[in-house]
Amino acid sequence: MTSPLLSVRDLRVEFATRKGPLVALDGVSFDIAPGEVLGVVGESGAGKSLTGLAIIGLLDPPGRIVGGEILLDGERIDHLPPAKMRNIRGRRVGIIFQDPMTSLNPLLRIGDQIAETIMAHKSLPRKEARTQAIAWLGEVGIPSPEKRIDAYPHEFSGGMRQRVVIALALCAEPALVIADEPTTALDVSVQAQIISLLKNLTRRHGAAVMLITHDMGVIAETADRVAVMYAGRIAETGEVREVVRDPLHPYTQGLMAAIPTLEVSARRLAQIPGAMPRLSAIPPGCAFAPRCPKAFARCGERPPLIAIGDRAAACWLYERTPIGADARA
Amino acid sequence: MSGAGPIVVVSGLSRVFDISAPLLSRLLAREPRRTLTAVDGADFAIQRGETFGLVGESGSGKSTLARMVVGLLKPTAGHVVIERVDLARSGDKAAQRAIRRRMQMIFQDPFGSLNPRWRVGDIIAEPIRAFGADEAGARLGRRATRARVGELLELVGLHPADARKFPHEFSGGQRQRIAIARAIAVHPDFIVCDEPTSALDVSIQAQILNLMRDLQDRLGLTYLIITHNLAVVRFMANRVGVMYLGRLIEIGETEALFARPRHPYTRMLLDAVPDLAMTGLPRTPVGGEPPNPIDPPPGCPFHPRCPQAIAICRTERPAFRDNVACHLA
Repeated sequence: MTSPLLSVRDLRVEFATRKGPLVALDGVSFDIAPGEVLGVVGESGAGKSLTGLAIIGLLDPPGRIVGGEILLDGERIDHLPPAKMRNIRGRRVGIIFQDPMTSLNPLLRIGDQIAETIMAHKSLPRKEARTQAIAWLGEVGIPSPEKRIDAYPHEFSGGMRQRVVIALALCAEPALVIADEPTTALDVSVQAQIISLLKNLTRRHGAAVMLITHDMGVIAETADRVAVMYAGRIAETGEVREVVRDPLHPYTQGLMAAIPTLEVSARRLAQIPGAMPRLSAIPPGCAFAPRCPKAFARCGERPPLIAIGDRAAACWLYERTPIGADARA
Repeated sequence: MSGAGPIVVVSGLSRVFDISAPLLSRLLAREPRRTLTAVDGADFAIQRGETFGLVGESGSGKSTLARMVVGLLKPTAGHVVIERVDLARSGDKAAQRAIRRRMQMIFQDPFGSLNPRWRVGDIIAEPIRAFGADEAGARLGRRATRARVGELLELVGLHPADARKFPHEFSGGQRQRIAIARAIAVHPDFIVCDEPTSALDVSIQAQILNLMRDLQDRLGLTYLIITHNLAVVRFMANRVGVMYLGRLIEIGETEALFARPRHPYTRMLLDAVPDLAMTGLPRTPVGGEPPNPIDPPPGCPFHPRCPQAIAICRTERPAFRDNVACHLA
């Protein structure tokens, strides 16, 4: 494997509260190769958005990184001063959030917002930045961009606004784009357009994507690899096709079986009993053990991510597997 | 299905909202009145014991239609006849009240639909106090009410002792269980569910959908389910109605509609859903977004996005014939 573009090692994020610290992310490790699309999937509260925010240095206090490291192109970015971090956001890491209205300034024309980003990160004169902004709007599929460039965000529909946000995230040509639920606020027909736009554009510009979503279907169609999160930890990682077809971790297995599909009409959906634990009540050992149908004595101890071929699962069921049993913690 | 005839008959149902500016501003700007037709001439019937699903994207009018069916909104034209009583027009107050008891509603947001200041026991007991415990409207004493609430809580998978708690002590999925307990408290025949699982995570969604199906089998319920999630409809419904821009454009048995969609819009919707089976496969999404319902296109409302549109589609609105509204069907 080539050296990773982004490497997250043993990341730990805590929230200080009066009752002591709450551990929101615990030992999260993953890599993203240049040009790769990594899907991060999990249910609400699993810590997927928090992981994204930690990477771009936008954790809100009292949340803070207390352990581990984040490397972008081999350089540590987890404790950079705010000014340095601002240079990385936008220039090297583009960001797309769920609600396009939160990423766009409602008082500024969209062309000015894109041009400003281009000027700030690529030090181009205004005129050239504007030309590039028009080109970007065309590239994200906004019809007659030379006219629409002077429109305000409210003059666009939800889907068109998300296209503008994608242009904004990509216009400084970052090597990595973090997309947090980019299609969740959109209708299905528009969602499909945005997904394929994001996929094609990032491929054309060679940008890697960290795609955070709760929708396994979106991941299945878009990502190369997937990391499944549960209770602030990584439960399983692997190539998307393999994880979808043959999930290893009992949580992933339950999750996949619980998704209703368009193909088969089942009499009942498989269900995982209970709900994900709150941060204040994460059980000792494996966090999934109390809900796990396959739990056994060993699960009282916390499982490391155990490598199985080029996949990995944090589950004792895979201890001492024949192929490459190097348990990387 | 007991073949006892329809429980709900909707005919020519329309709702027009007046969205004009206030009178004075309108006079000053010399603007005419503006209206939005949210639901336009809907016709369908729901058979006793079946689950009828209504799907559509945002702004298609599915929630407005549901609110008219339960009587929360007065129709501008047309009729909703439930058990041979026209809810909006009948002068017979006693008959209306009897019908109201027999239909209940479950809402999308379990955080907004439960009064945060009431204990769960009071929330569930409210319809019992309002309507009585059975068809004759028998009043229950305090102890009997408490016993009935405990019974209902157990029926939805909670504990009788939960009656003393407040809604904030429960997770989203548990709150939706409370909303379901409230809905079934007065032995209704017919429950309208507006996006019952859209606010929930997939593993919790599976629990709630299974619960709704179990209750249907045990209590002989008829459901009208409104959702934008096609997989949920596929799992729950016997028959499906597809809405686009306020109009029902296709109705069919679930199996047939998913296997052989007849309206091009239905086909597009089915193609747009990100699906696990599609993992890694490319596909071409359809272009365009749903038009603004304030200013719908002439002729067939779908023609600007329809890949098969012919001349007549641009000028003439297709009639709803043989369960589909398309010139080509």
